[in-house]
Amino acid sequence: MSLLNFFGKGRRSAPVARDRLQLLLAHERGLGGGEDLAAILQQEILAVIAKHIAIDRDRVVVKLDRGDQVSTLEIDIEMPETALPKS
Amino acid sequence: MSKVVVVTSGKGGVGKTTSSASLGAALAQAGQKVVVVDFDVGLRNLDLVMGAERRVVFDLVNVVQGDAKLAQALIRDKRVETLSLLPASQTRDKDALTEEGVGRVIDDLREQFDWVICDSPAGIEKGATLAMRFADLAVVVTNPEVSSVRDSDRIIGLLDSKTQRAESGDRMEKQLLLTRYDPARAARGEMMSVEDVLEILAIPLLGIVSESPDVLSASNVGCPVTLHNPGSPAAQAYSEAARRLMGDNVAVSVPKERQSFMSRLFGRKAVA
Ligand SMILES: Nc1ncnc2c1ncn2[C@@H]1O[C@H](COP(=O)(O)OP(=O)(O)O)[C@@H](O)[C@H]1O
Ligand SMILES: [Mg+2]
Repeated sequence: MSLLNFFGKGRRSAPVARDRLQLLLAHERGLGGGEDLAAILQQEILAVIAKHIAIDRDRVVVKLDRGDQVSTLEIDIEMPETALPKS
Repeated sequence: MSKVVVVTSGKGGVGKTTSSASLGAALAQAGQKVVVVDFDVGLRNLDLVMGAERRVVFDLVNVVQGDAKLAQALIRDKRVETLSLLPASQTRDKDALTEEGVGRVIDDLREQFDWVICDSPAGIEKGATLAMRFADLAVVVTNPEVSSVRDSDRIIGLLDSKTQRAESGDRMEKQLLLTRYDPARAARGEMMSVEDVLEILAIPLLGIVSESPDVLSASNVGCPVTLHNPGSPAAQAYSEAARRLMGDNVAVSVPKERQSFMSRLFGRKAVA
């Protein structure tokens, strides 16, 4: 066991804390007190889709993962069978 | 039957959020279905302590106001399958939550979970009274320090008057969780002892969690201490408290002073 390990356990968590905060605050400050971009995007995307087909709000799954390089917004909409023309 | 638990204190910074996350995780690790709900609207932090901050899309306010379905706002923990989080919003609107809306959400949560753990904001205003409003049981988080004990006493008064249970004439069950306890300082008489606090507040003891660096590193990495470092004294204290909540008869052990590194070097016992 290295000395660093011996003294480490509590201490090494601090850089993790700093990184997590930097990432989170970058997103939160970007809001300027307003709404989260991801929340706005998903609302508008759903509104556009709802113009064309009836979507059941219970069948919509929204997942988000804010990363430092990329963030992913995943919107999973179950379409009623009648929504798409059959070929 | 599901239980709604409010984790409350009056005073801020005593360990409500830490305890909500740790008790919630410990109950889930014991196989219970658990949701922890952040009632600290405007100052959400439970997401950060549980490591879910990157995944928040909707929150309690969205659900209460009907802008999102409950299922869409719940965040499943990635480590413990039966643990979920309902985050608070960052809105500054103090009236974002209504009693009727919160009641509806709690009813829905009761149907899906064995335990609904409500992390109360500090204070005695609307946020704190809404968090306790529908609870079956209160965990009163207290530090062995005068202002914390006084504020806990105040909160116990509110629990006995402002909750639905109290208003309908039922007994509101309250249990004391003593946190940030320092055995060395208590031994030296610099900090109130467990007996002192219990005598003043006169409610049953749920557990004692020592002041511990393991708690800090757990929140640094966003992982409740019962998951991050299960062998640590803090994790064991929370796990035992969780077992007591589940009705197990586990005696509360009062943390003993551990010998400091220096006193071990010199072969002295630090205990008075
Ligand atoms: N047992 C403990 N040992 C050391 N630090 C603790 C302990 N419990 C809580 N803390 C720290 O105290 C601070 C306040 O805790 P928190 O849970 O946010 O309190 P509250 O929700 O009551 O305001 C946090 O920095 C937390 O890490
Ligand atoms: Mg808190």
